[in-house]
Amino acid sequence: MNTKAVAAIYKYEMTRFFRTLMQSFISPVISTSLYFVVFGAAIGSRIDSVEGVGYGAFIVPGLIMLSVMTQATSNASFGIYFPKFVGTIYEVLSAPVNFFEITVGYVGAAATKALFIGTVILMTSALFVDIRIEHPLAMILFLLLTCLSFALLGFIIGIWARNFEQLQLIPLLIITPLVFLGGSFYSVTMLPPVWQVITHFNPVLYLISGFRWSFFGVADVPVMMSLGAIALFTGLCVVAIWTIFRTGWRIRQ
Amino acid sequence: MPAIVSVKDLNKTYKSGFEALRKVNLDIEEGEILALLGPNGAGKTTLISTICGIVMPSSGTVTVGGHDVVRDFRAARELIGLVPQELTLEAFETVINTVRFSRGLFGKPKDEAHIEKVLRQLSLWDKRDSKIMMLSGGMKRRVLIAKALSHEPRVLFLDEPTAGVDVELRKDMWQVVDDLRASGVTTILTTHYIEEAEAIADRIAVILKGDILLVERKDELMERMGKKQIRIELSHPIKEVPESIAQRGVQRSEDGSALIYSYDSRAERTGITALLNDLQAEGLQMTDLSTHQSNLEEIFVGLVKDNA
Repeated sequence: MNTKAVAAIYKYEMTRFFRTLMQSFISPVISTSLYFVVFGAAIGSRIDSVEGVGYGAFIVPGLIMLSVMTQATSNASFGIYFPKFVGTIYEVLSAPVNFFEITVGYVGAAATKALFIGTVILMTSALFVDIRIEHPLAMILFLLLTCLSFALLGFIIGIWARNFEQLQLIPLLIITPLVFLGGSFYSVTMLPPVWQVITHFNPVLYLISGFRWSFFGVADVPVMMSLGAIALFTGLCVVAIWTIFRTGWRIRQ
Repeated sequence: MPAIVSVKDLNKTYKSGFEALRKVNLDIEEGEILALLGPNGAGKTTLISTICGIVMPSSGTVTVGGHDVVRDFRAARELIGLVPQELTLEAFETVINTVRFSRGLFGKPKDEAHIEKVLRQLSLWDKRDSKIMMLSGGMKRRVLIAKALSHEPRVLFLDEPTAGVDVELRKDMWQVVDDLRASGVTTILTTHYIEEAEAIADRIAVILKGDILLVERKDELMERMGKKQIRIELSHPIKEVPESIAQRGVQRSEDGSALIYSYDSRAERTGITALLNDLQAEGLQMTDLSTHQSNLEEIFVGLVKDNA
């Protein structure tokens, strides 16, 4: 294992992040605050509680998931797409590193950034509402797995994308709708029966439900099912990446 | 001398069906400077990219330092530094950071002294904290070389290192390559410029349409180039070359209207004066004199034409 190479990629990607630290830090703080103003104060004041949790607090796990998923995906996809776009990928391809090391470097950095942003949102939220975390270890596990799996997904998107439009396509057309419709801001039980059934086909539901369970002990689906879903998703991404590197798809000619 | 890079029966056909390399065989000796000459699209970059692991071979084998570049890619690639043709660098990164990154990527431990040495050697030390986008094209080229040298490669590939570089910088670049040779680094460079190959290479390989047409020591090629011909037009055609003149290796042209004499223009005595004296003694009258020299460019153009 070429750990020095992994460290080099990770560090290089993180410096890109730190160069724009203020941006990385301020934008989630502002967007979280806006969500609290709109959903928490304006709308939330008319909703007493959802399943025994104050609405303001209820949306915190969903908010964190929303940002973590989109940030992990976009950071990882950009991280690998950019070198492809400017051509610096030649160096990684000609270096004594295997696919696993390349993936750990890029995905690890993207996941770290998403984790950082998730933490910032959690702390910002704490300024607005009282947050209790019933299962802190489960919370950390869900958060880490979500950062990791969506960074893996983003990595695949970055390899697949041939231009900047394609890079934006999947996050915009698939991930954002799935997150919004996956119960970020409501409990599935609030939906009409037909939509409840449909929603259960949304993989993001399981992640948000499990994550919310770790905060408040209430969930839309059994927590083990949530854990199974995210494990399955992570596994699928790993297999996809392994296949990509084995065949050299869109990377090596 | 042992071959540090050995290419055997290498074929590469791209998905589009384009045959970029056809059964290429090439041994590169340790410590030499090899110039790979060829027109655009000849397969120079594909050959380099295959050795460096960016392009997967369709068939055939490549070893670097005895390590197969596919099966034993780690050991092979550790020995290689690659300077690509395009100025591919991240604009917002600083010079020193991008060079440090390269060293780490190749699994080498941190060594600031070496990084400083490389940057100084390439006159980049003063620019080490500059963002790459602030640099000129020639400076960017140096950064690419610094990246390739950051991990102390045994074999350095320079893909068109002096394309779009001014004369002074080109000379500097040649100096760098020369210094590297002194430290035992094997260098392979591709170029369009024949003068460049002449100026720094030990051996020259000519590639065309995926075939290696010729691999020859430069001095042997130069010797061929050094040969000049003098053509003496006679006022009256002759049937036979007089004995005294034939002794000098002079030949008659096909129709007998001229004499052709080959000589080494770099030799101390070319024998031209003696020949002219002999002509006078034999009573042969000449109407015109012309000399001709085939240079590397001509050899190259000739090869390319013959195989087009």
